[in-house]
Amino acid sequence: MAKKGDWVLIHKIILNPDQRAPQVPDDTKKVPLEMWIKGYLNEDEANIGDVVTITTRTKRKEQGNLLEVNPYYTHSFGKFIPELLKISEQVREITFGGDDNE
Amino acid sequence: MNKDMSYAGVMSRKNEIMKAAVGIDYSVFESGTISFDYEKMMKETGYTLEEMQKIQYATGVGRTPVLELRNFTTLARKYSKPGYGARIFIKDEAANPSGSFKARRAALAVYNAKKLGYKGVIAATSGNYGAAVASQAAMAGLRCIIVQECYDSKGQGQPEIIEKARKCEALGAEVVQLSVGPELFYTFLSLLEETGYFNASLYTPFGIAGVETLGYELAMEFREAYGKDPEVIVCSNAGGGNLTGTARGLIKAGAESEIVAASVNLSGLHMASDTQFNKKSFTTSHTGFGMPFSTWPDRSDVPRSAARPLRYMDRYVTVNQGEVFYITEALASLEGLEKGPAGNTALAAAFSLAQSMKEDEIIVVQETEYTGAGKHIQPQLSFARDNGIELKFGDPAEEIAGKNIIFPMDPSYIKAVEHDMQKLRKSLIKNALSNYDISGPSEQDIEFLAIETKSTTEFVKSTISEINK
Repeated sequence: MAKKGDWVLIHKIILNPDQRAPQVPDDTKKVPLEMWIKGYLNEDEANIGDVVTITTRTKRKEQGNLLEVNPYYTHSFGKFIPELLKISEQVREITFGGDDNE
Repeated sequence: MNKDMSYAGVMSRKNEIMKAAVGIDYSVFESGTISFDYEKMMKETGYTLEEMQKIQYATGVGRTPVLELRNFTTLARKYSKPGYGARIFIKDEAANPSGSFKARRAALAVYNAKKLGYKGVIAATSGNYGAAVASQAAMAGLRCIIVQECYDSKGQGQPEIIEKARKCEALGAEVVQLSVGPELFYTFLSLLEETGYFNASLYTPFGIAGVETLGYELAMEFREAYGKDPEVIVCSNAGGGNLTGTARGLIKAGAESEIVAASVNLSGLHMASDTQFNKKSFTTSHTGFGMPFSTWPDRSDVPRSAARPLRYMDRYVTVNQGEVFYITEALASLEGLEKGPAGNTALAAAFSLAQSMKEDEIIVVQETEYTGAGKHIQPQLSFARDNGIELKFGDPAEEIAGKNIIFPMDPSYIKAVEHDMQKLRKSLIKNALSNYDISGPSEQDIEFLAIETKSTTEFVKSTISEINK
């Protein structure tokens, strides 16, 4: 449940597949053009999935389906990639001479 | 508000929307056919070098450090003939307020927007330019909207683009995120019309001229420290603004360095494809932008692009994704510098090119970019692996973009691949002819095309007769 003034993320369809630009490749033409945008909720209260109106940081109004309340980022430094360690060992050994140099 | 907001409706108002949003009447520079007065456009709508430096210094932009990569040079010399292996340098543009050279472009665009009385700025970009505009808008007290192509139809986004969205928001911007497709331009136009904000396009004269200070600074710094201009300067190339601006600045300084463009080879991947969107591990500095924008600059979001890289380019080389990732890791391990991979495209090329240059010569990579969560080689490679891309060691020449990433099995496998400049020049001429419905180009057009392609009128004429055969 979100309340008026909460910071939320909404989702909306900008163009349906049949409205897409003629130059778009076939796989892209099968799917809609979608938009995600954040702002302050205008309705007194709303549930996830409801059609809501928001006021964005530039004071614009946008309408769409409520996706998240207090949205946050989860991108990270990824999973361990052992190849990177191998590259690091290799370039140091070639440049500085590996064990002989210690 | 009875305007037709359909795709076709908004696109049909493109010219009037653009004119209001850029503050430039491009028609005064037009000849009516292929040619237009590029230098007049740059002069009358831009700022002098001195004015630009003043604007940039006032916001902490520019005067970035030049770093010699001594261990990198030592490594490159292991694969060079005796007496060969040029000294490799980078200009650490990541030291700019927003973490990349794009701050130079944004500084001018936002200054201009404020001067003309706009209340806000909008930029369509999934790259470092978004953070640059957001950063400058924050300093200028202007509102800011960044429009990004971010997710595929499954709602999955490149970690690099998501990090850029975060940074824009951290700097106070509103971020509009879209799924894959060129209709981003439609949303962008709709927003310009709705808000009346300034179009902080990457391709306006001030957007390009802002980079001239980079080329100029480089020349001055090398003259002072090493008593000469660098023999070669390598620019990571996508939309062409980085190369164009740097080269123009070098010319203003009277430098005659060779200008090399470098892009990551992503041939075979369609840039507007929903299913291929997350199969690429570079979102910029790649051939998907570099090639089409070099051979037809006026495909951008302004009527006449100020980024015209073929005018200044001496060579164009490509490197593969695996090579750039390898070099990025090597930069951290050998030089203690962690930088974002896209900006290291030119560094991977320079590592290879330095080997055929003499020891006392200098090769400069003129930018770096910031790195962090999402925008680091590990999340990007981890994302690739999760998306079914095979990661392995081998010969990067065998890499197939969208299928695998091949790290060089040792540094001797890092080889910048030269592209045929004549072919690129011919392609631009062909595009120019097909984009204008004229019976035959005038003498003025032919002279223009010779300048556009850094060639001669004879070359243009023989190319035209080849095309007409």
